[in-house]
Amino acid sequence: MLAVEALTKRFQGLVAVREASLAVPAGSITGLIGPNGAGKTTLFGMISGFLQPTSGRVLFEGQDITAEAPHLRARRGIARTFQIVQPFAGLTVAENIAVGAYLRHPRRADAVARARAVGRRVGLGAELDKPASSLTVSGRKRLEVARALATEPRLLLLDEVLAGLNPSEIRDILPVIRAIRDEGVTILMIEHIMQAVMSLCEAVHVLAEGRMVASGPPREVCADPRVIEAYLGKGAAARLGAEAADA
Amino acid sequence: MTRRDALPLVAALALLAVLPFCGLPGSALNFLVTTLIIALAGLGWNVLGGFGGQYSFGHAAFFGTGAYATAVLQLRFGWNAWGGLAAGIGLGTLVGLAIGYLSFRAGLRGSYFALVTLAFAEVFRILANAADLTGGAAGLLLRLEPGLATLQFSDRRLFYLLVLAFVGAALLASRWIERSRFGAHLIAVRENEEAARALGVDALRVKLGAIALSAGITAAAGCLYVQHFLYLDAGVAYGTWISVEALLAPIVGGIGTALGPLVGALALQGLGEATKLLAGGVPGIDLVAFGACLIAVIAFAPQGVVGLVRRLRGRRPAEA
Amino acid sequence: MYAPQILIEAALNGLMTGAVYALIALGLTLVYGVLHIINFAHGALLTCAMFAVWGASAWLRLDPYAAMLAVVPLMFGAGYALQRCVIGPASGGSDNNILLVTLGLSIVLENGLLAIFRSDTRTLDSDAALQVVEVGPLLLSTPRLIGFATALAVTGLLWLLLERTDTGRAIRAVAREKLGARLVGIDVDHVYAVTFGLGCACLAVAACLLMPTFYVNPRSGAAFVLVAFTIVVLGGMGSIAGALVGGLVVGVVESFSGLFLGDSLGQIGIFLIFILVLLVRPTGLFGVRG
Repeated sequence: MLAVEALTKRFQGLVAVREASLAVPAGSITGLIGPNGAGKTTLFGMISGFLQPTSGRVLFEGQDITAEAPHLRARRGIARTFQIVQPFAGLTVAENIAVGAYLRHPRRADAVARARAVGRRVGLGAELDKPASSLTVSGRKRLEVARALATEPRLLLLDEVLAGLNPSEIRDILPVIRAIRDEGVTILMIEHIMQAVMSLCEAVHVLAEGRMVASGPPREVCADPRVIEAYLGKGAAARLGAEAADA
Repeated sequence: MTRRDALPLVAALALLAVLPFCGLPGSALNFLVTTLIIALAGLGWNVLGGFGGQYSFGHAAFFGTGAYATAVLQLRFGWNAWGGLAAGIGLGTLVGLAIGYLSFRAGLRGSYFALVTLAFAEVFRILANAADLTGGAAGLLLRLEPGLATLQFSDRRLFYLLVLAFVGAALLASRWIERSRFGAHLIAVRENEEAARALGVDALRVKLGAIALSAGITAAAGCLYVQHFLYLDAGVAYGTWISVEALLAPIVGGIGTALGPLVGALALQGLGEATKLLAGGVPGIDLVAFGACLIAVIAFAPQGVVGLVRRLRGRRPAEA
Repeated sequence: MYAPQILIEAALNGLMTGAVYALIALGLTLVYGVLHIINFAHGALLTCAMFAVWGASAWLRLDPYAAMLAVVPLMFGAGYALQRCVIGPASGGSDNNILLVTLGLSIVLENGLLAIFRSDTRTLDSDAALQVVEVGPLLLSTPRLIGFATALAVTGLLWLLLERTDTGRAIRAVAREKLGARLVGIDVDHVYAVTFGLGCACLAVAACLLMPTFYVNPRSGAAFVLVAFTIVVLGGMGSIAGALVGGLVVGVVESFSGLFLGDSLGQIGIFLIFILVLLVRPTGLFGVRG
């Protein structure tokens, strides 16, 4: 469904992403992990159109969308959330979601009805008429998902929607994400919380210092020495291996 | 927004419509016409500044273009006033689109957008002050010639009703913005442009739509202004006074609300008359009051008069 | 078409006016660099300073250059108080609000002056304006030459203040990272007010340099403020070197466009530069993005 081919992004000499490639098959939940500063959000920016890659291509359903503006990608069916949540502070929760719903429903009544339905689905039913600025962190994360979902995407890009939530909030939101996929939305998610990645994702790609270092099913990837080194530093895999052998 | 919220709007219009037939003196009628023209300019500003969050300090560019187009087409090209009015609104809209295209495509916002609009208005002022077509520094004088074709009525109340009709149309447009997809997109862009774009909003197009509508409404105010006073020069048409009046009315009345500019214009012009009455003939004293009012509103009532009323109404059931 | 002497004189006149423009722009750019606000009251504050110089001369018989000693501290204090008591508290930190509060302030000041002094134009009754110095074949106006030298000196002093003193270091720290500065114990509100005061002090110096050859009425500041905005935008918001170079460039451009286009159209050159720079390179020639 989505194919990223050798994307590179340079910021004035600093290479944030180097020749990164990945593929997201339709109907999957695919994870994108990596240490802080690895370039994950930059990669998301290029997939959603907010950043222009220095080189490489982005293909969505076989079509080259590398140069397309973000709002056109949204029309094609790509929606994203932001790691730093960005609610429309002056609007209510329902109005926030309606901005997304208007993409497929130009009439106000349809868009509002659709927005309220989506809001209830992600668990914001009680908050729909409150100002978005009054939401808790977990509420804001849900709002991010709801707004993106209201555009009725075929590919949903989730940027750390679980960060900042407590374990019980995470437990509540995991089924929501799974249900979204079960309704036919393909998901690519950046995530730090490994348990969530393990339980949700069929495949995981690992980005470290701007390079794709590993990809595959989550369990294999986690055992990959390159991935351990990416997270814990050079030689860590060998040390861990030695310690395991000693024990 | 429900149907009940439309009630104050309809009531205000109805009240204003019957007012001149209750034996108002001519000076009061003149005051109301001027106030409504400023309210109209403010309604225009509010579309872009209030709903769109793009603060223009140069709405004189649109006001003046509308006014000059109306006057020049009648004087130099023999058009009738209705044609001049339509062309004035059209030209004002085009100027708005052009300025908007240049500034928004360059990514200007906030102070930068305020500055660039101010500079455009000044360029127009200097050009109008120098060009022969616009009568140079001497300005333009429309012939006094009552008639339907010249839009000059021997009964001034008819002209007042015409202005009121334009204000009503602008209010309707504002109501439509509050309840439409375009409005939702515009407000989303105001609140957070990046998030709006991620949701499929074409931010540039939405802002262009807003500035076109905004400029068109303010240009209409300019057209009506010259039809009312029958005189125009560059300082009046493109001067900072109208840019300031156009933004003061909505901000004092309630920024980003449909009724705000009308309420604000009535409040401010009333305040202006009152200070002039109290302070005698001291020049500028009304504007001192305006400036103080602006600072006070921003410090204490960011939602303006409309916001204050809403807050009071919202509190009442809790107290009861 | 024009004799070389006229062109050279136009260029020199432009440079001399430009240095005073630079001083006005310096105040604006300093405030922008630290507070990240565009001070729309800048022009009105300049008018206030010019009236102060005129008052000192008309009522106290003070020489405009001597008046500097009184007007500069006065304007510094006024600026400090305005930021501390009006602009800061009223705007609550929102950029659009600051814009509107300073606009409101300019309306109040300008029309307050109009109410007090009426719209009459006033000049200093001294003959200093007519004094000239002969430099080879050229005649240069003495007060403008003094203005040029003083403006450059004040720019240098301001630069030294920012680079070499503790106050300057605090100002630069706040400009770069407000939160960090607050964490290390800098009183940010105080630094904001000092910066605003310094901006007004620049205006006071400019007023003393302008008054011998210029006039004052309640709207005189407005004529300078758009020019100052142009300079600041051209030089890059927040850049001192940019303000100086921008001021000189704009002075020369104005002088030449006045020569070629006549006075009424002459100003257009400046606005066109302004619009072009904003549209093409809003960070200016020396500015840093961000």
